[in-house]
Amino acid sequence: MRHLLSIEDLDRAAIERILDRAKSFTEVSEREVKKVPALRGRRVLNLFYEASTRTRSSFELAAKTLSAEVVNFVSSGSSVEKGESLKDTVQTLSAYRPDLIVVRTPHVGAAELVARWSPAAVVNAGDGKHEHPTQALLDVYTLRERLGSLDGASIWIVGDVLHSRVARSNIQAFTMLGAHVTVCGPPTLIPRGMEALGCDVAYALDRLPEADVVYALRMQKERMTESFVPSLREYAARYQIHGRRLGARQVLMHPGPVNRGVELAAEVIESPQAVIGQQVAAGVVVRMAVLYELLAGRAAPDRAPSLPTPQPA
Amino acid sequence: MNPAVPTTGGAEPLVHRAQPPADLLVRGAHALDPRTGVDAPLDVLVRDGEIAELGAPGTLEAPDGAEVLDGEGRHLFPGFVDPHVHLRVPGQEHKEDLDSGTRAAAAGGFVAVVAMPNTDPAVDDATVLGSLREAARREARIPVGFMASVTRGLAGEALTEMAELRDAGALGFTDDGKPVHRAAILRRALQYQRLCGGVLALHEEDPSLSGAGVMHEGEVSARLGLAGIPSISESTMIARDAAIAGYEGGRIHVQHLSALESVEAVAVAKANGVAITAEASPHHLTLTHEAIRERLDTRLKMNPPLRAERDRQALVAGLRDGTIDCIATDHAPHAREEKEVPFEEAPMGTTGLETAFAAVLTDLVVPGVLPLALVVEKLSAGAAVVGLPLPAIAVGRPADLCLVDLDAAWEVGEAGYESRAENCCFAGRTLRGRVLATVAAGAVVYRERAFALSAA
Repeated sequence: MRHLLSIEDLDRAAIERILDRAKSFTEVSEREVKKVPALRGRRVLNLFYEASTRTRSSFELAAKTLSAEVVNFVSSGSSVEKGESLKDTVQTLSAYRPDLIVVRTPHVGAAELVARWSPAAVVNAGDGKHEHPTQALLDVYTLRERLGSLDGASIWIVGDVLHSRVARSNIQAFTMLGAHVTVCGPPTLIPRGMEALGCDVAYALDRLPEADVVYALRMQKERMTESFVPSLREYAARYQIHGRRLGARQVLMHPGPVNRGVELAAEVIESPQAVIGQQVAAGVVVRMAVLYELLAGRAAPDRAPSLPTPQPA
Repeated sequence: MNPAVPTTGGAEPLVHRAQPPADLLVRGAHALDPRTGVDAPLDVLVRDGEIAELGAPGTLEAPDGAEVLDGEGRHLFPGFVDPHVHLRVPGQEHKEDLDSGTRAAAAGGFVAVVAMPNTDPAVDDATVLGSLREAARREARIPVGFMASVTRGLAGEALTEMAELRDAGALGFTDDGKPVHRAAILRRALQYQRLCGGVLALHEEDPSLSGAGVMHEGEVSARLGLAGIPSISESTMIARDAAIAGYEGGRIHVQHLSALESVEAVAVAKANGVAITAEASPHHLTLTHEAIRERLDTRLKMNPPLRAERDRQALVAGLRDGTIDCIATDHAPHAREEKEVPFEEAPMGTTGLETAFAAVLTDLVVPGVLPLALVVEKLSAGAAVVGLPLPAIAVGRPADLCLVDLDAAWEVGEAGYESRAENCCFAGRTLRGRVLATVAAGAVVYRERAFALSAA
């Protein structure tokens, strides 16, 4: 595996290999000196065109724990603000010879472009509404810890599926590991053709009790002004996961950050069913495993970055 | 054509940098002109730019000084006419110019093209049109006709001076790139058409349904997380505009059909007697949104978008049964840096002039989906849509011809493009069918390199 751009780059065996390695890394976080030399001398570049708290910090922690050098590039205050194109930025930063680039952008397919334009290994940390594969891996990791196995599990993903890269990656990862996924939300927020990803579609929560796992998505306030839902009040009335809707044996997940009182009621966030904190913790070890998978045992890229390439996009 | 539509008021409809009329003998090519019924190997003699004689192979002699084109094993067609291209002049010469755009057209076998007015400034008054036609007289390698915009600045608010634009040579009117969103504006334009003639060519799209869409709404957009453009964005506007045209007795042409529902809407309008014609592009006839799933390539981003297989099949069926009148490329060149960006950021459009025939031949004729004669006819039928004479292989007609090797395979883009732009949706594909030479308005305007060398 050269890049992690999409869950489609993986198969079940690859996911399980990464998760097993992530598990073996948990011990490192418990040491007094939280560092192993696995990626000493390797350079990791965090290239973030979108705001991110947990994803960027967990990639940084993961890389540093493995002793890699980390450079953070954020678009504000950079030459991007002066109009530099993604291609020029990537080729310029590639001149620093990073071994791996972690990239988040608001645009579908941008991570794939970075992989085409740079000799470095590339990890997609979110490309628009397309995919967020490391989120899916950490969610699968969290569920394996809780349930032992995803085989035969029923997972409901509830909320704004239309705008969610987490939903797209998670449907594929959960399905690959043997779970059955139902997406549920207002019909205006479920894209036409969603069944093609191998999930069921529901518009009401009445069958939610059959779920083993309830995965709530973030509901962004601007969706209301765009007329996707008439009001957050009505949305919350129909789709909020609260104490009466969440069963005692169900597992509750959320990719964060949570809109309290919108997609989740306060009482379920702090309930024993919730594994939201575990998801965040899993983020570091899973990303360590991804970096290790892509870099360990692989030679640093030896070819110089091509400037400019003759190939059209 | 609708006889109620007058021709341009005095101004010649097509302009180009005319070359001296040629004396030419095309020897032994299989001549195929579905409209005149010519379908046999022939010698075709062009004298002084006109088709002078047709004879059995080997029977005609080349006059002194005449160029001889070896047609043995090749096909000779009436030259193609494209009623829908973007030559980007004035204002966007970094994408294409009159020389490069018409060179691309000639290389594709086209003998006339019609340029869209969504330039900068838009072709929305007679002075812009006049200077553009002057430039074409200096630079265009094949005859070019120009459409003017329906509304000033393509803003959709106020009609252009349609009568004056017609007098200055506008073939018709279109806000292509955008719909005429306000029904009342379209209605006024159709009323005014009674005075000045000129077809109204319509880009059919409801912006409120298309929203921020960047590709066809369906399984692929759902999977990729890209905002979709639903089929109904196009078909509902066609139904609306056909109703308005029917009410006013006006003449409309629907550009670049992409959806099954749109083909149905055009068929219904035709059955109801509306004066409506329609075009489809080679890319919509041969590709689907699955191509974007295979590779998120900005060259596959165009408006209307590549749709589903059911839509593609409906377009092919519409071409076969006459619901769709012609093939038009919507040749839309963009600069490399404009397309070398994430998919959502890229401008809409693919080039198409150099690949139109080969794409349709390879994907529709070779597999036996459509007969060659039908494709040849539809590739020039666009002339009638805009009121131009149809090219014909007939004695006494101007020589508007293309000589084609149906068996030659070539990789698109491997040897570059004649167009200034390289955003071709067929790039990298190996296609069958190579245009060897094009004769437009009585002069040889294109010779394929290897063919020219072999003749020398």
